[in-house]
Parts: sequence; structure tokens; C-alpha cells
Amino acid sequence: MNNSVSIAVTGSGGSGAVTTGLILLQAMAKAGYYGYMSRTAGPQIRGGESAVMMRFSNRPVHCGDDRFDVLLAMDWHKLERFADEIPLDGNSLIFGDSAAGDIPEILTASGAAFTALDLQQTARSIEGGRANMLGLGSLARLLGLSGDTMRQALQATLGKKGEHIIAASMACIEQGMGFDIGDHGQLQLPSSAAQDSHWNISGNEACGLGALRGGVRFVAAYPITPASDILEWLAPRLEKLGGVLLQAEDELASVNMITGASFGGVPSLTATSGPGLSLMMEGLGLAVASETPIVAIDVMRGGPSTGIPTKSEQSDLNLALYGFHGDAPHLVVAPLDISDCVFATHWAVCLAEQLQTVALVLSDQSLGQTRAVMDKPPHAELPCQRRIAHVQDIDVSQAFQRYQLTGDGVSPMSIPGTPAGMYTADGLEHTERGTPSSMASDHDAQMRKRRDKLTAYNYGSTWARIDGNGPVAIISWGSTSAVCREAAERLASMGIPARVISLRLLLPLNHRGINEVLQGCSSVVVIEQNQAGQLYHYLHAEQVLPPHARSYAKPGPLTIRPGEVVTLISGVINDE
Amino acid sequence: MNEMVKPKDYKTDIKPIWCPGCGDFATLSALTKTLAYLGLPKHEVAVVSGIGCSSRLPAYIDSYGFHGVHGRALAVAAGLKAARPDLTVIAAGGDGDGYSIGGNHFLHACRRNMDLTYIVMDNHVYGMTKGQPSPTTEPDWVSKLTPHGSGLRPFQPLAIALSSGAGFIARGFAGDPLTLTRLIVDGINHRGFSFIEVLSPCPTFRPEQKQWKQLARPWQQEATSDPIEAAMRIHSDDGMSTGLIYQNNLPPWQPGTMPARDLASIEQEFLV
Repeated sequence: MNNSVSIAVTGSGGSGAVTTGLILLQAMAKAGYYGYMSRTAGPQIRGGESAVMMRFSNRPVHCGDDRFDVLLAMDWHKLERFADEIPLDGNSLIFGDSAAGDIPEILTASGAAFTALDLQQTARSIEGGRANMLGLGSLARLLGLSGDTMRQALQATLGKKGEHIIAASMACIEQGMGFDIGDHGQLQLPSSAAQDSHWNISGNEACGLGALRGGVRFVAAYPITPASDILEWLAPRLEKLGGVLLQAEDELASVNMITGASFGGVPSLTATSGPGLSLMMEGLGLAVASETPIVAIDVMRGGPSTGIPTKSEQSDLNLALYGFHGDAPHLVVAPLDISDCVFATHWAVCLAEQLQTVALVLSDQSLGQTRAVMDKPPHAELPCQRRIAHVQDIDVSQAFQRYQLTGDGVSPMSIPGTPAGMYTADGLEHTERGTPSSMASDHDAQMRKRRDKLTAYNYGSTWARIDGNGPVAIISWGSTSAVCREAAERLASMGIPARVISLRLLLPLNHRGINEVLQGCSSVVVIEQNQAGQLYHYLHAEQVLPPHARSYAKPGPLTIRPGEVVTLISGVINDE
Repeated sequence: MNEMVKPKDYKTDIKPIWCPGCGDFATLSALTKTLAYLGLPKHEVAVVSGIGCSSRLPAYIDSYGFHGVHGRALAVAAGLKAARPDLTVIAAGGDGDGYSIGGNHFLHACRRNMDLTYIVMDNHVYGMTKGQPSPTTEPDWVSKLTPHGSGLRPFQPLAIALSSGAGFIARGFAGDPLTLTRLIVDGINHRGFSFIEVLSPCPTFRPEQKQWKQLARPWQQEATSDPIEAAMRIHSDDGMSTGLIYQNNLPPWQPGTMPARDLASIEQEFLV
């Protein structure tokens, strides 16, 4: 996909780099384009340098490009921190402030053309003027955005700050649009019909929305980067929908709180990141054993330990698959792009409810904290009903058999408040009634029940997304799969057809489905964002990969770029 | 006493695993008496516990129950109560479960002040793992695990509950079931978090606790609503005074009440 333009904005704390990005994203959205805006920040809580990295197109955008066309630097402060994340080359443009001093060598070394703009100086001449708004004006001119579109975007983004702020910002944008930045018509995208049915949403908000669509009405969680946005988005909205969000004292509490709420009949969810998921493992096992449906979203970040909280990695797969003690059958689902965060979370909630088990959702920072302008995610019609024992269904001649052995392994669950449905849920191995038992026969029967209900279920066609149909197969998951899909498009245009298998359901694994889709493939490459090749080793252990399958595994925080995958696959082809 | 229901109606047919003479039988009995006295429909009560001898209690009560993992009873109970405020939710467990592995949840349950009743059957020992010191064990109590004693000053449950914001604090004794029943009745009726510590002797690992019968006695004064006065009484007590010590009608946790909206209107927020 070459019909896209990529722009980065950087600046020290207070320079307004993020605001600039948010307004530009909104303006491009108003002009009818699709957009993608990831962000990165230094470690300071306040006043630290930050960067936004945007990509626009008249086609949907699901990941960043290989390079940036334009860098707008409000200043040169600690710019080296972002240099790796903002690749520039001889065709790139750099706009900087003429008052900011000499351009750092790390930037000039890229060969990018530098244009100095009088940002600070001009801003001082405008009442309430801000340098970032002048820079924004220059970007608007570069992209061919009209003053009217900029005014609409300002209103949508800064409207709450009052008319005087809008007026001052607009005056700056107009001045910035008048700066001489040379002629760069090649950066203008084909015109797009202005339209207002697109959505502007982050991956974390999309996960929150998926939870609400799935019927989640109780959330308990402990704040953690980069998952807290999910909770902050949900807190007021859950309340308006009649639900509750509790801030827990720790992750041990959050997972047990949602288990309690779900026992009470309310679909429940928590959201965390790697360290929190580690703390939750015992509680998640309790939900598996007590067959209490719950969902935990892990917005993965760099690990191990505290790792890199603000940046992305796909390194919690092993934890999600294998972190439980004992044999604890459960579900692991991963959204394939920002839009899919809505569907994948919705689906996870429905699967947990239907199968009375734990569903883990593996998102990551590069999905969660990135905003996209996209088509409205369709409303999926999913079976989403917990099997409930109603009073008229209950045999009153005996104690309620909560863990009754049934054909499909799912037992009717009575909800507190239901007469004659009283039972005690238990994390100890138990009889069909729920009474603790250490007998081999009970353990065997209940273990089979908990396993078979997951393996017998028909997950339909949404277990994976399959794109393309070439002899080269790329298997990936989560955010990296979007990169692979774009790479496959480029490869196809180069005459190298590839098929991309983007795994949405990681556990239970669809062995037969993977075997079928790998039929006739001469090469298989497993691509993922972690050091150990966690998916690769998992698939090998599950015996779904041919012996010659290769692994391309790279830890974060630098996301894998489409061009990297193109080079990799081209190399694989040449090797053969 | 409600005419229609009897304490035995709240018992299941499951036989407790407890040793003969275990203090926990008294709490079980006091709890079924309480439920009968209050006439609470069984299906509108949930008893939640963690792990340990006393945490086996829910299976013996014919209500809804949740026997979870070690130390997390209060978290399960808080989630259940927040999601289902219509239920009477009682959390129960032991001193190891509540004060050691679950200590953090105890502090925050007191702070959160949800309308829950928390009963801790305190025998100053880990019974289920066969006799190790708990947070309330005397520092010089010798066990296989601690040949010189733990050397640690005992945890002060009532003082901690008070300083953490609990609005109902009491101590019961397994040897005085009538008072214990009254405390549980009052605890359930209290609007907010009610904490009832129960001296619950362990005849197997702490046979010397037979002496508690001689040592336990009522508090010398009526309960106070003044936290400073309560703190003075608690800190000058030897841990053997029983009854309600502190009650203060602090505002209990309530869900928020923003005006209702439907999901479709929430989704409109994302439109460009």
C-alpha cells in the first residue's frame, strides 16, 4: 500500500506534540481519509518529551509504514530517544523551528531535507498563539487540508476549552498554512469524499466497547500501563449502563472480585498487563475449576518484570497458555488489529459465558494506545447466553447438581436468588454437587468435563483470518498479523503470492483448520514480536507445523514493519 | 425467632471436616441461628470463604456459597455484593486466610465499607497445614516450622480494622454462642462493613486454648462510636474481651448513579 503518507510529530513536554497529532488525525478523518496514530513518550509523568506517529490513506490503515515522509519537530530535545521509532531517509522532510538551534546530527545523517520554520517567533506575534498550531498549519497545507476542515477538527478536539482557544489556534493554523514549505504535491493523497460515518477509536477503547457489546456489566481492575485507558473509558460508561467498576487493591483482588460478580450472574471482566496477569494466575485457575465465566484482557508490554511499560511486545503468550498450575483448560483470544479489538473482546466474553470458563484476551500496547480512523466495526451477532438453571428446571428432590456431567460438558448454573438452586462453588476438586472430593473418579470426570466442553465447541470460522493464497504461508497473531497482511499485499504486487494465517483463537488450537490452510504451502514462516518465538514453539509442540517451518521472532519495543516482512519472505523464496 | 424457619433448615447434610471440640462448630451454629432469626430466604444469602479449616464453612450452610482460594474471600465477596446488592453476603475464614495471605484485602474491605459481614474464626494457628504460627500466634509459640517461636508481635485485628475504617467491630467467643449469635445478627443488620473476630479454639494444635473459657469476658463498657475511645480500649485489652466494641454509621459503599444511557448512544461518541 503506497497510497499512504506517514507523519511524525515530536516535542518536549508542553510543546503540544500529542495535541497536534490528535487534531491532524481528526482533520484527516473529516476529510474522509483513514488514519492510524500511535504514540510514544519518555518516562516522565509530566513535562516529558513525546511523539505521535501517524499514517493516513484513502484505504484502511492497520499498522505503521516502514518510514516517515515528514517529521515535524517542535524542538530537538531528547529527539534521539525517538530516532529508532521514526525512520527517515533521503525522501523525507523535516520541519523544525528556526529558533530551536542546530538540527541534531542523527537527523541530518538520514539525508532528509530540512526546512526551518519560524514557529516560536510567529507564535509570539499572535495573541494566545502556540508554535505547535503553526506547525500543524504547515502539515495541513502539505496534506491539502482546507481551513474549514481544520476548523471542524479544532472544534471537535479542543471545543471544550472555549472559543478564544479555538480562535487563537485557528489564527496560528492559518499563518502556518501560509509558510513557504516548498512544493511537495507527491505527499497529497488522492482526494477522498468527506464523510462522517468513520470512527476515531483507540484499541483500548475498542476492547472496552467489545466488552460492553458482549454484555459485561461488572469490571474490577488495578491500574497498570498500558491497560488503564480501558478502565478509564469503561468507568463512566458502565455506570450509565447500570453496571459497576471497582478499583481493586491489587490484581489478586480484581480477578477474585470479577469471579464473585460473575458467580452472582453478571458478565464480568478485568483488564491488566503482564505483571498483573502474572499475579492473577491463581485466581484465574479458580474460575476455571469453579466454572465461573470471566474475561481478562492483557494489554501486553515489554517484559519481563516491570520491563518497558509504555511500549509493545507479544511476549505473554506463554504465560497465557501455560501459566496455570494443574491442567486448566481455558481460552486465549487475540485481536488482529484495532478494529478487531471490538470483535475479539466481544467474542471472548461470549465464549466465556457460553462455556463457563476463563477467556484471556491478548492485546498489546501497539493496539491499545494507538488510535485509528476506521470503518465502524460491524455489530457481530454472537451466541452469548450463559446456561442458567431456572427455578422450574431444578429437581428439588436432591441438592442442586451444579457440576452435573452433561453431554457437552456445560452444566446449568443457578444464579444466587434462584430458590432451590443453592450450591457452593468450589476450587477444590468436587463432585457433581460441588462437594470437595479427592477421589480419582471425581477428578477424572470433572477434568474431562472441563476439557471436553472447550474442545467439542464449534468456534466457527472466526478462529483465524486467512488472507491470500500463495505457496508461502505466514502465520502470525495479534498486532503483528496486521503487519504481515500488509506485507503480503506488497509481496503479491511483486509477484510473490503469500497466504497469511492470522490466529485469533490461540487456545484451544484449531489443529485441523491449520493443517487444512497449510495444505500445499512450500514455506511456512511464523512471525511474532517476542524474543523466544513463543508462538513458533507452541505450534511446533502442537505438531501443526511442517519440520521446515521457520521462526521470525523479534522482541519489542520497535514494532515489526511491513517492509521487514517483505524482505524476510523474499529471502525465504530465494533460499528455495 | 421467626416461627417458620429453624436453624437446622439452614444446614446441609454435609458433615464438617472439623475435629471434635473445634471452635468453628460454634460459628456454624451461630450463623444458622442468625439466618433463622432474621428469617432470611436461603437463596438470598451467599457465604464466601477462602482456604483453611474454617473456610470449609459455606458447604455446611444451605445457602449459595463460594469456597475460593486462600486469602481472597473478601475480594470474591466484594465483587458479588457490588454486582448483586440485593443479596446478604457473608465472608468467613480463619486468621491465616484473613490476616496473613489476605491481609491486604482486609484493610481495603474495611476502607471500602461495603455492606458485608466478615467473620474470622481465629485460633492463632494454621490448622489445615498441621500447626504453624499464624499472624495472631504468640511470638514464643514453638512449632516444627518455628523451633524458636516466630518472634513476631501478634497482629491486632480489631485495631487494624478500626484504623482502616470499619464501622462495626466486635469480638465473639466460641464458648459463648448466644453472644456470638447476637453479634452476627447485629453485624448483618449493620449498614456497611461489619467485622466479627471470633476466638475459636483449636483443640488439636492449641489444646492450651481450653483456658480461653476462663479468660474470655464481656467488654466492661458499652460499644462506642468514638474511634479514639475504641482505640484506647482495644489497645489496653488483652485480646479476651468480647462483644461489640465499636459501631459508627459511616456511609456504606454505593454504586454511582449517573443518568442512564444505552449502548447505541455511547457508540455515537466514536463518530468522526
